[in-house]
Amino acid sequence: MEGEALQALAPALAIGLGGLGPAVAIGLIGAKGMEAIGRNPEAAPKIQTVMILAIAFAEAIAIYALVIALIIKFV
Amino acid sequence: MKERQKSLFTFSKIRTIITALKSKTTRGGGSLCKIMHISLSAETLGYFFGLPITNSLVLSLLTAVLLVGGGFLVARSLQAVPGKAQSTVELIIGGFLDFMTQVLGNRKQALTFFPLVATLFLFILLSNWIGVLPGVGSIGVTHEEHGYEVFVPLFRAANADLNTTFALALIAVIAIQIYAIGKLGFFGHAGKFINVTHGPIHFFVGILELVGEFAKVVSFSFRLFGNVFAGEVLLIIMMSLLPTVASFGALPFFLLEYFVGFIQALVFAMLALVFLKVATTEVEH
Repeated sequence: MEGEALQALAPALAIGLGGLGPAVAIGLIGAKGMEAIGRNPEAAPKIQTVMILAIAFAEAIAIYALVIALIIKFV
Repeated sequence: MKERQKSLFTFSKIRTIITALKSKTTRGGGSLCKIMHISLSAETLGYFFGLPITNSLVLSLLTAVLLVGGGFLVARSLQAVPGKAQSTVELIIGGFLDFMTQVLGNRKQALTFFPLVATLFLFILLSNWIGVLPGVGSIGVTHEEHGYEVFVPLFRAANADLNTTFALALIAVIAIQIYAIGKLGFFGHAGKFINVTHGPIHFFVGILELVGEFAKVVSFSFRLFGNVFAGEVLLIIMMSLLPTVASFGALPFFLLEYFVGFIQALVFAMLALVFLKVATTEVEH
């Protein structure tokens, strides 16, 4: 493939593949969180807080991929 | 009957489309850059005694003035039966303190960490929300640079500049170390990282924890910068895609940016709080 084609494809691949892992991770965290809340509704605030924290950690990876894609595209 | 379908976009067709798009640019790197003025780093507007003043610094100064000024005005005349302004501020501050107590489980500890964490939350929240207002990113000056016309916006979201978020991350992580050393003593805190008394595995875990502290700085700064900058880019793209008559179609994206700004402020503050709690707990083996 030529350089121009690769240069157009690179940011798309960066964010596309980089968003795959975090998306699955956030889905799993949410699912387990909802299961835990369903099992014990009284502990919902505690579970919610920790769940949001864990989701933030997982989303950070997707944001790193997005920053790399933006750097490739605009710098 | 053809056994193999001819694909609609042959490789040479894609190549011609890409070269046609690239010929419209003056700089390369995507045709939309010329129409859309997206710059990864904040642009310098002027110099103040040798220090560059960037468009994001303008907005972060505005945020600081609003927060400190608002606080002064309300605290100047505190009454036992609060008026409207005082009760709003009490609602915000009391609500956040209750939230911190819920996360930590200990009100005294929440009061100790409150100044740092609440300041981080309020500063990031207000600067994110100001950065979505109309005029930010669109009001600016055009001037010549290296032969091209460059558009320099006068205002840019404070956290869309990696310098701001890196500074906030450094402040948070260094403050965590200071609080930990204050609570556990220098050797108590350093003993978590350089751990020679409990065997080789604990030694390597300590080294990893030390690397993790530096990773926290990177993670804090890039999470906040990535979210706010990506939001700005999204809004610019939305506004450049929609024709003027249908530009209200970008409203959901503005709402999304308000929501993301709130969530990122909350996440930054909560992570700082949780790291503070972990750093100030006594380690037991």
